[in-house]
Amino acid sequence: MNFQDGIAVVLLIAGCFFYLAGTVGLLRFGDVHSRLHALTKADNLGLMLVCAALAVLAADWRISALLALIWLLGLLAATVSAHLIARHARRGWE
Amino acid sequence: MSQILGLAVLFLLLNLVAGIWRVARGPTAADRMLAALLFGSTTVAVLLLMAEWMTMPALRSVALLFVMLAGIVTIAFFGLPAGKDEQ
Repeated sequence: MNFQDGIAVVLLIAGCFFYLAGTVGLLRFGDVHSRLHALTKADNLGLMLVCAALAVLAADWRISALLALIWLLGLLAATVSAHLIARHARRGWE
Repeated sequence: MSQILGLAVLFLLLNLVAGIWRVARGPTAADRMLAALLFGSTTVAVLLLMAEWMTMPALRSVALLFVMLAGIVTIAFFGLPAGKDEQ
């Protein structure tokens, strides 16, 4: 295993840790808003770290740009979804 | 390296399985949509890892398509908020 692989493994493990944090938050937290808070942030950080690990492994500009695009679209999707879900949950309370 | 990628895929799939519990439990529709959000982001990571693991570059395009649709799912379910003049 060379240096490049080492960096990728560290990033990948960190990404998996954040995914785990998001899932645990989704399962354990008490109400919708706390779950939303845990899931949307942790998961997208995890996605970023996984994308970074794969970009390091691939060592190719085209693939890295595609991974960056996927991450940005993931952020956009999570933002829109989080906003709509939070809005819906608040309406339900009132 | 290949084994580590495989382990990461397995781990993320276990995360997905754990998310099913929240879908089953609920209790509100918002909770179930949250689980769908988890499925979206985790599946994208799984697809990207599998593209590298099995050397199938086409899976990256699948992941791109998936992430584009991930946002649409919630919009389709809850609808966009009404504008000021519609309220």
